[in-house]
Amino acid sequence: MAIIVDQNTKVIVQGITGKQGSFHIRQMLAYGTKVVAGVTPGKGGITFEGVPVYDTVQAVLENHQVDATVIFIQAAIAKDAVMEALEAGIGIVVVITEHIPIHDELEFISYARRKGAILIGPNTFGIISSGKCKIGIPPNQFFIPGPVGLVSRSGTLAYEIAKKLAAAGFGQSTAVGMGGDCVKGLTFVEILKLFEADPETRAVVLIGEIGGDAEEEASVYIKEMTKPVVAYIAGKSAPPEKQMGHAGAIIRGGRGTYQGKVKALSKAGALVAEMPSEVPEKISKLLA
Amino acid sequence: MRIFEYIGKELFNRFGLPVPKGKVVSCADEAALAAAEIGPVVVKAQILSGKRGKSGGIRFANTPAEAKSIALELLGANIRGYLVEKLLVEEKLAVDQEFYLAVTIDEEAKSPVIIASNQGGIDIEEVPENRILKVHTDAELGMYPFIARNIVRRLGLDLGSQHGKELVKAILATYQVFQEKDAVLVEINPLVFSGEKIFAADAKVIIDPEARFRQKDIPYVEDQTETEKLAHDLGLSYVELKGDIAVMANGAGIAMSTLDILMHYGGTPANFLDVVGGTDTETIARSLEILLAKKPKVIFINIFGGSTRCDDVARAYVKVKKKGSGIQVPVVIRLEGTNQDKGRRILQECGIEAYTDMEEAAAKAVELAACAPAGSSS
Repeated sequence: MAIIVDQNTKVIVQGITGKQGSFHIRQMLAYGTKVVAGVTPGKGGITFEGVPVYDTVQAVLENHQVDATVIFIQAAIAKDAVMEALEAGIGIVVVITEHIPIHDELEFISYARRKGAILIGPNTFGIISSGKCKIGIPPNQFFIPGPVGLVSRSGTLAYEIAKKLAAAGFGQSTAVGMGGDCVKGLTFVEILKLFEADPETRAVVLIGEIGGDAEEEASVYIKEMTKPVVAYIAGKSAPPEKQMGHAGAIIRGGRGTYQGKVKALSKAGALVAEMPSEVPEKISKLLA
Repeated sequence: MRIFEYIGKELFNRFGLPVPKGKVVSCADEAALAAAEIGPVVVKAQILSGKRGKSGGIRFANTPAEAKSIALELLGANIRGYLVEKLLVEEKLAVDQEFYLAVTIDEEAKSPVIIASNQGGIDIEEVPENRILKVHTDAELGMYPFIARNIVRRLGLDLGSQHGKELVKAILATYQVFQEKDAVLVEINPLVFSGEKIFAADAKVIIDPEARFRQKDIPYVEDQTETEKLAHDLGLSYVELKGDIAVMANGAGIAMSTLDILMHYGGTPANFLDVVGGTDTETIARSLEILLAKKPKVIFINIFGGSTRCDDVARAYVKVKKKGSGIQVPVVIRLEGTNQDKGRRILQECGIEAYTDMEEAAAKAVELAACAPAGSSS
């Protein structure tokens, strides 16, 4: 078991022949991901890294069964690609692209909700069910099978902590990148619920950062969880964020600081690590 | 990306939301001329900060002479840390009623939200929660007149009245500015009724920086230091801080974490620099030069390569080292991830042993900064 994706997940890559897409398709194939096709408008008919390329998502679906797509399309036109995948009925859409305008994000997140699709990101490293399926960009070598579910807002920090966990002998069931932008498809709470229900996952590591109130939201659910949660929050030393005007302040209700997040998480029963290296220490005590 | 009030008002005007008659001036004589044309005016300092009224940046003038003397006082003054270079000289309205109206993004609800109150004109934080209306919209469905009608009804106005109709139009126009100009905030406080007519008496607009490519007609104000601008032009995320250890990391999360760890060991970071994933040798070399120019005591490079490749980082270091004045300060490098062995070998050839653990590397950077000679930092 794992969450969302596993060894049977059939994946397509939108933007397969681009700079990012072409590098990461090789890495995903090397990891063992079942990539069944790619999409690059205008390049339909060629084979790339052994994978057939089509002009549109619809053309792929006429020939293949598809469970998930990963978007490596530049920000200015990413919305088109995401909408194309959602409209075609693909159930899992992983949006790697960063710098997408927020109004575009709001629109495709809303459409995903209406279509009942799982949207991961945007601006995410993707999702990786260790040893089974990697959809996205994390380096392959640090993700080994194990009992820890990992969810993170940041990419590199997730790799850092995954590496430290692996070095201490703890692999991950699944690692999910929630994405670094203000709005996201899947949130901490939805991901935590999936980990709570996953028999392979015995503990969860949550990697957050200052700003927004995703961690405070997560705390409300962590209180109900039976599985232990270890959290690390980046940004303790950061100078106060620039305020987004009064309207923003009202919505956030003053939440979003390091202290506020640590307090909410601790109160909910999560163990908060001061330094990244404390994460494997706490996990090893919990799972000993 | 914040824009000046007068630019926000130009946008409002374009979208059919009335604003008071006004002129933008940059010298006192122009202010007097504007007042002579308009009549009694309000003179408003154009700075990217709220609370201008409380800081003396918004003043009333009944005559051109008064407008001139106020302009003399305000132009060139420093208000809330901002230099006043322009003034908006605007018709003083006879105010009958004031509203608060804003459209922004509710991150948690993942949707736009319209915020309205019939208690405008004061800080919205001071308005009781039960007097503030929040109405979420669906980004995909967009805005409809019925949504505006519901808001107006809930604010207690008669939809058949002139005021009711004007307010519906104003809400629709405000939402249109928000949507079509890629705004993350459009805030009007106050939105006023003067007689039968409605006017946006203020304009606070923030545009999504990621949408700059399709909002080219908006004149942006550069609200950053020279170094920040250099870094941003390279596509990097850079924030200046007050310490003496220059930091380069890849990814916002790890960059923040790097600062935290330096502070944990008693060091003080000089900056936050996120070299975004996938960055090439040339860009990394140039960002290293940006860090060097600030004359830090130590440079700490913390790379966990995903799409950033360790050998690119190592090559960037060698390139800068061999160029011109080279690198005169100690550099601590941590390399891990994609192409780490290649990166390490390149560094070994110029006598640098890269760290693998970031906490160990951070501790070393702090130690080196502590024993650096005084005066080597700017």
